[in-house]
Amino acid sequence: MSSVAEFQQSLSQSNTESTVTTPETFAETLAAVVDRPAVGAALPFEDVDLADAPVTLNPTPAQLREAKTGVTAAGLGVASLGTVAIQSRAAGDELVSIHPETHVVVVRERDLCPDLDAAFDWLEGRFDEGERSFVLATGASATGDMGALVEGVHGPEDVHVMVLADDE
Amino acid sequence: MSKPEGLDADAIRALLRSEGEGIKENTRHFNAERYDRIDEVGADTHEQYRSEARRIKEDAIDRLPELIERTREAVEANGGTVYVADDADDANRYVTEVVEGNGAESVVKSKSMTTEEIELNEALEAAGTDVWETDLGEFVVQVAEEAPSHIVGPSLHRSREDVTALFEREFDHDEPLDTAEKLTAFARDYLGERIEAADVGITGANFVLADSGSIALVTNEGNARKCASVPDTHVAVAGIEKIIPGIGDLHPFAELISRAATGQHIPQYLSILTPPVETPTVDFEAATDPNFGGNDADRDFHLVLIDNGRMAMREDDDLRETLYCIRCGACANSCGNFQSVGGHAFGGETYTGGIATGWEAGVESLDTAAEFNDLCTGCSRCVNACPVKIDIPWINTVVRDRVNRGTDPGFDDLLVDGLVPDEETAGTPLRKRFFGNFETAAKLGSATAPLSNAVASAGPVRGVMESLFGIDARRDLPTFERTTLRDWASARDAGDPVVDPRRRVALYPDVYTNYVQTDRGKAAVRVLEALGCEVVVPDVCGSGRAPLSQGMIATAEQKAASVCETLDPYVDRGYDVVVVEPSDLAMFDREYERLVDADDHATLSSNSFELLEYVYGLLENGADPSPLTAGGGDADGVAYHSHCQQRTLGLEPYTEAVLDRLGYDVLTSDVECCGMAGSFGYKTEFYELSMDVGERLADQFADAAENRTVVASGTSCMEQLDDLLGPTPRHPVELIDPAA
Ligand code: SF4
Repeated sequence: MSSVAEFQQSLSQSNTESTVTTPETFAETLAAVVDRPAVGAALPFEDVDLADAPVTLNPTPAQLREAKTGVTAAGLGVASLGTVAIQSRAAGDELVSIHPETHVVVVRERDLCPDLDAAFDWLEGRFDEGERSFVLATGASATGDMGALVEGVHGPEDVHVMVLADDE
Repeated sequence: MSKPEGLDADAIRALLRSEGEGIKENTRHFNAERYDRIDEVGADTHEQYRSEARRIKEDAIDRLPELIERTREAVEANGGTVYVADDADDANRYVTEVVEGNGAESVVKSKSMTTEEIELNEALEAAGTDVWETDLGEFVVQVAEEAPSHIVGPSLHRSREDVTALFEREFDHDEPLDTAEKLTAFARDYLGERIEAADVGITGANFVLADSGSIALVTNEGNARKCASVPDTHVAVAGIEKIIPGIGDLHPFAELISRAATGQHIPQYLSILTPPVETPTVDFEAATDPNFGGNDADRDFHLVLIDNGRMAMREDDDLRETLYCIRCGACANSCGNFQSVGGHAFGGETYTGGIATGWEAGVESLDTAAEFNDLCTGCSRCVNACPVKIDIPWINTVVRDRVNRGTDPGFDDLLVDGLVPDEETAGTPLRKRFFGNFETAAKLGSATAPLSNAVASAGPVRGVMESLFGIDARRDLPTFERTTLRDWASARDAGDPVVDPRRRVALYPDVYTNYVQTDRGKAAVRVLEALGCEVVVPDVCGSGRAPLSQGMIATAEQKAASVCETLDPYVDRGYDVVVVEPSDLAMFDREYERLVDADDHATLSSNSFELLEYVYGLLENGADPSPLTAGGGDADGVAYHSHCQQRTLGLEPYTEAVLDRLGYDVLTSDVECCGMAGSFGYKTEFYELSMDVGERLADQFADAAENRTVVASGTSCMEQLDDLLGPTPRHPVELIDPAA
């Protein structure tokens, strides 16, 4: 199984929707999955950005509170688990990913790794580079504390992962 | 509904009734999920992570002073502050000062057992600060003004209906909160406002990374992420034992912690933060200013590392392992007794479940640990559950021993001087000495049987036993045999020896097999002989299991030394030691490592086998099974209950395989424990709890018992099944006995 297929399968096991897109179709796909109003954190990628997307960057607290969707990048995807690594950056990825009901997360195909073992190798590399704050997020936020499993607690109720396919 | 004073039958009965159902359902769910996830990753892989995690913890605790300094340097280099607090007061004073220094009126917290331990909320509230717990389970407990009942799920003891009633009473809310979804939505909105308004966020830290000054937080709800990112000031509070060297060392724990805790492969959120983080703070008061409120406040980070007895635990050879604990709660979930009464009985001031004894003895006091320590039956089911391989039953035993020694000597000792030939200090409670010296009673009972049996079961004597030793009169007592297994075996020695034996076996006559259940011993001899073995029954004393279970370590050591002295020469002459009672095999294998010298332990442990494990080995190596009594296929059903310690040692499958091979259709129980657990089920205050735990086994076998033979490997299990299901259950070896 390709890593994208495995990643998507893991995502579906944690009730997470996913879409494969390309730099060309990115804008269109994003517009389709974003529920408005939306906020975002600038993507640290070369091929795509959020400049023309229906997404407010550097939002006000009121916009953050009212947003239905938050769009961020992930620096890594773990194929076996459907986990993504959200970095704590000045663009506010951490806030954008946790406050709105839906989190749309963009991960590049080349940033997929097979398992947690590889993810930790990657983290060690990032740590060496001085980037040292990440959240490994898997699925929606959830609790069993109220007597049954409920998704959507302090964090998102829905997560949608967009896999940005590498150029052929 | 908070912690009852001490553990009497009334308190236990009340908890069984009020909290039992909730705890049972939730712990068993976590347990089942844990087993499933471990199966998915594979037992071997899981085992590798456990070994690795254990190694990292051993090393980190060993180098703790150095790692604390490294953490301090790293955090300060990042622009944060580290404070190492000696005790709870010191920590509370520091955090209160930080909060007051920020002019904070309210703080939001994400669940942390360490702040429960130091009672930080009370200290902050006394200083006039509002404190909000944002983890939903912890919030429920806060609203109810009670203590958590579990390390991972604070409100595990509450049902959805309970929470609905609580919230509807405490909050002015128009809509009915009659589903988990509505309750969650209500709590999210309510706490969301508090998070937005808070000036300081307080979290724990599941791990602290010394090299980079990072903390790792494990949550599913996302509340820790908000508490750490919304307010400008973040205070993380952690015990000093949470430090590991660096990011690479986090990997095995990331694999293990959620699998062990809730049966998830990975938590929803594993945050690895190196504060002060780059995430902008949010100023919700400047609601319409861009850039999250344009708040350019610098982030302020304080890491409060708490000693509070931990350095002393590190110096304590028996308690040190407690510091390896990653607070996953698996020991509690896997515990039969915890599944029934939960942490409001099975816990101290803060910590609950198996490892709570170690924590409470270390950070609180021996007295606190003593209050619930007897709930550990030493079944060892938690040993394999623990992701860092802590020998939890041993910690419980050591604490029990220390509690015994701390007891004032009273008149009891004078009364029973001759009856208790043990090595204990004066003051060890009479009832512990009675159970710990069961071998002496058995010898006497057998020598005077059947009179002893008649006397013992007579009403007046039961009354005295109940008042003097706390032996519940509802339990049948063991019936001693006049002819012991050893007497029977030596009388046969004159008979036909096995010519050219396949193996030579020294069958270990444990106290029960020798004096009470001699039939299973005789069956064992016949089965082994039928498979071509020469069998001797040595003159050897009890393994020390009975005194050990009462926390009488010195007596257990003395027994262990004597057992090795008797059995080692057999091993030297080429005999294999075959053990009928699984808890004695577990002694040789596990506990003797602590009780006798390394050579003696190695000799005995590597040459001793559980009875059916041994039979399996003989059959695998070509012994002819035809003399054994075979089953008749599907019609010959067996309901088989293994034994806790046998399962911990991984020996359950051998019995299944032998019975299967001989044509029996085997149904195996999967409950954690039979509930009897040695002397536990005899004790008056525990009788009902023991039966409650046993109910689960009875439920599994109730239908099967109609048309299957009930068999059990352990003595206690057989006694319990006898009480639960009636007609005497049998040992598996009795089924396959050629004479059957
Ligand atoms: S002792 Fe082991 S199983 Fe129990 S909470 Fe600690 S780490 Fe988990």
